[in-house]
Amino acid sequence: MNIDDKLATLKYNKDKDSHLTIDNDVCIHCKNRYCTYICPANVYEWNDIKKTMTIRYENCLECGACKIACEKKNITWNYPNAEYGVKFKNG
Amino acid sequence: MENNKIDVIIIGAGPAGVSAAITLARAGKEVLLTDRADFAGEKNIFGGTIYAKQTAEIFPNFWETAPLERSITEQKIFLLTDYNSTQFGYKYASKGAYKAFTVNRSKWDRWCVEQAIKEGAYFAPKTLVKELLIENGKISGIITEQEKYYSNMVIIADGVNSLLAKQIGLRNEIKDKDVSLSVKEVIKLPKERLEDRFNIENEEGCACKILGGPLKNIMALGFMYTNKETVSIGFSASLDELKKNNISPYELLEDLKEHPTIVQYIKDGKLIEYSAHLIPEGGYNSIPKLYDNRVLIAGDAAMLVNNIHFEGTNLAMLSGKIAAETAIEAINLGDYSASVLSRYYKKLKDTIVLKDLETHKNTIDKIRKNINTITSLYPELACEFFDLLTSADGIPKQEKYRKFLNKFIKSKGISASIPLAVFAMEKCLKK
Repeated sequence: MNIDDKLATLKYNKDKDSHLTIDNDVCIHCKNRYCTYICPANVYEWNDIKKTMTIRYENCLECGACKIACEKKNITWNYPNAEYGVKFKNG
Repeated sequence: MENNKIDVIIIGAGPAGVSAAITLARAGKEVLLTDRADFAGEKNIFGGTIYAKQTAEIFPNFWETAPLERSITEQKIFLLTDYNSTQFGYKYASKGAYKAFTVNRSKWDRWCVEQAIKEGAYFAPKTLVKELLIENGKISGIITEQEKYYSNMVIIADGVNSLLAKQIGLRNEIKDKDVSLSVKEVIKLPKERLEDRFNIENEEGCACKILGGPLKNIMALGFMYTNKETVSIGFSASLDELKKNNISPYELLEDLKEHPTIVQYIKDGKLIEYSAHLIPEGGYNSIPKLYDNRVLIAGDAAMLVNNIHFEGTNLAMLSGKIAAETAIEAINLGDYSASVLSRYYKKLKDTIVLKDLETHKNTIDKIRKNINTITSLYPELACEFFDLLTSADGIPKQEKYRKFLNKFIKSKGISASIPLAVFAMEKCLKK
């Protein structure tokens, strides 16, 4: 089962702005880009041709792993605003 | 609430926050409990249980009315090799003395908050606290997306990522070795099939810990918990090890689910929820300063998790209760200074919260050093032992014994083969 099927089990209320922000210039020089595989929702995707990091914040599970894992301390991590983000039914 | 000012504001309606709120409300104090979710529990997840005795200290006889899944009556350990497994379990009769329950957090946490409201606590859901309100250098309340709320003191119980404890300098950035990333799936099965597979009936439940197999050679522990009609399956692994080994957590979870032993428990089930969460597993050495002028920290925000014994919810509840008891003393004295609030820390030292964490302050480092032995060698030896005992294949027994013993001895000798529990307990008692 791939990650999209897993995420499809969840209810999200998507905010118009991202609660996760990065400085793309820092990502360009990042060696490991841990965020691209450590994130359990696969939120971060590196485009090696365009040299840009895509952040699919609307899939975020709000765990906080990316912020701690980032070797450049380049992720500004906030909670989504009230009423937004992921909603768990089973916990 | 007079002039929008209250005795205590608690941020976060998880086990720590709600325990603090209900304790304050019972003492007749004005308390506002806030949570960023639409309702308490909507953002809360765990891979675990609530513990009956300690939960009952906050919610007496909760099992009579609370929404529970199953009462744990069996604890199993799975030692996996790549394809095989050795399993052992401890089963006990549940009659009259509950030990632990699985719960659905979005139902359970909501119920807990309803009890706190009945006892007189105010509850503000859909309330994201952006930061603590500091006026004239003093913590004076909270700032939400909409407005300011004033209070004499605050209790921070906003969970493992505690942005608020960080704001006021009580916590630094968490180190990746001090947290585990946990991923979990809730898989629905017909009730009868679930009970047959786990050998349980009625309201009985089974809690499983899984070592080795796809999780070998990293600081990782798998789990399965039975709910009424679902199985919660997942693992948690130290974040630094996931980084170091280029592991994608959801891919590793797929590997675990496909292990020949594990798949039998969940096959033909329907995935109904996927989730992820961080667990503060840095232990005693990672605990921040827990108090300051007009503020206390409780639960995961205070890194109060005993991962050796899989305890977290109980430590959250107990720390929340003691934080509230300290706050009650401060209110009665009209003194919210750090010197009065330091009683919180002293009280925690007299309870299992800090006693047990101190007992295990070096255990995790020792496990780390022996992780390959624990997650790879022990499962292999256990499986080979049973294989040796039960295989009739024409090979002389002497030859088999020699081969097994050689491996046993070569594996860094006897010291590496002492069962982990004995090893850990012995080290703890030597102090």
